[in-house]
Amino acid sequence: MEILVFLILLGIGYFVGNHFEKKHYADIKKREKQTLHVPVMSWGCKQDMPYAHEAQMFTGSTVVANDYFKTFSAGLRNLVGGRVTVYETLLDRGRREAMLRMKEEAMAWGASQIVNVRFETSNIAGQTQGGMGIVEVMVYGTGIR
Amino acid sequence: MVPSTSHGLTLTTLEGVPGKSIAEHYGLVQGSTIRAKHVGKDILAGFKNIVGGELKGYTELLQEARAEAVDRMVQQAQQLGANAVINVRFATSSVAPGAAELFAYGTAVKVQ
Repeated sequence: MEILVFLILLGIGYFVGNHFEKKHYADIKKREKQTLHVPVMSWGCKQDMPYAHEAQMFTGSTVVANDYFKTFSAGLRNLVGGRVTVYETLLDRGRREAMLRMKEEAMAWGASQIVNVRFETSNIAGQTQGGMGIVEVMVYGTGIR
Repeated sequence: MVPSTSHGLTLTTLEGVPGKSIAEHYGLVQGSTIRAKHVGKDILAGFKNIVGGELKGYTELLQEARAEAVDRMVQQAQQLGANAVINVRFATSSVAPGAAELFAYGTAVKVQ
């Protein structure tokens, strides 16, 4: 019985999780193309001030969670070590989504570029769920126009 | 999202405000808040852990909390008489299972 529940959860995690991931990636790629004309730079702190009339800080953040299948396969991965691709895609999605949110907000304000962008990642699930499970990714930077 | 104009104060992650010069430095200002997870949201998040993806409830919660941390930082800056906070940085740490500290700091300045 327990095995059955486990397999069902694993199946749901795999199929539904994969479906959402594909959909999300398609959405991210589409939006990245739409926002391509506004450059995002990670410099801006040690250089001369960029020429601009106005500047404002923008942030974007997202909280992403593992699906059941990913948790399980990462657990298996732990036995032999190596790249944990399932987590890589999760964090990649989170970062790009957060970046897009910041970018879209800055673009709505009329930014011509975004400088001195910083990333921050933190695990908010705590130790109770075995570490990596729920991760918050945030991006912040200064939009100038 | 952090509403950075509603305070009438300019926030930047740069070492100054483009197009303006710094007239006075007031030093470091900071704001922080510690938030615990909501039980209802936690249960929903538990379900969401089966299928994965974004946890919108948590995203909102943390955005609100971060806005509050920024608000406290801005209040401190306003008390000093600053009109901008430059070189703003954020830090997040989970201090206990289910609770996260959100911390914002920057340098309060007066720009012209």
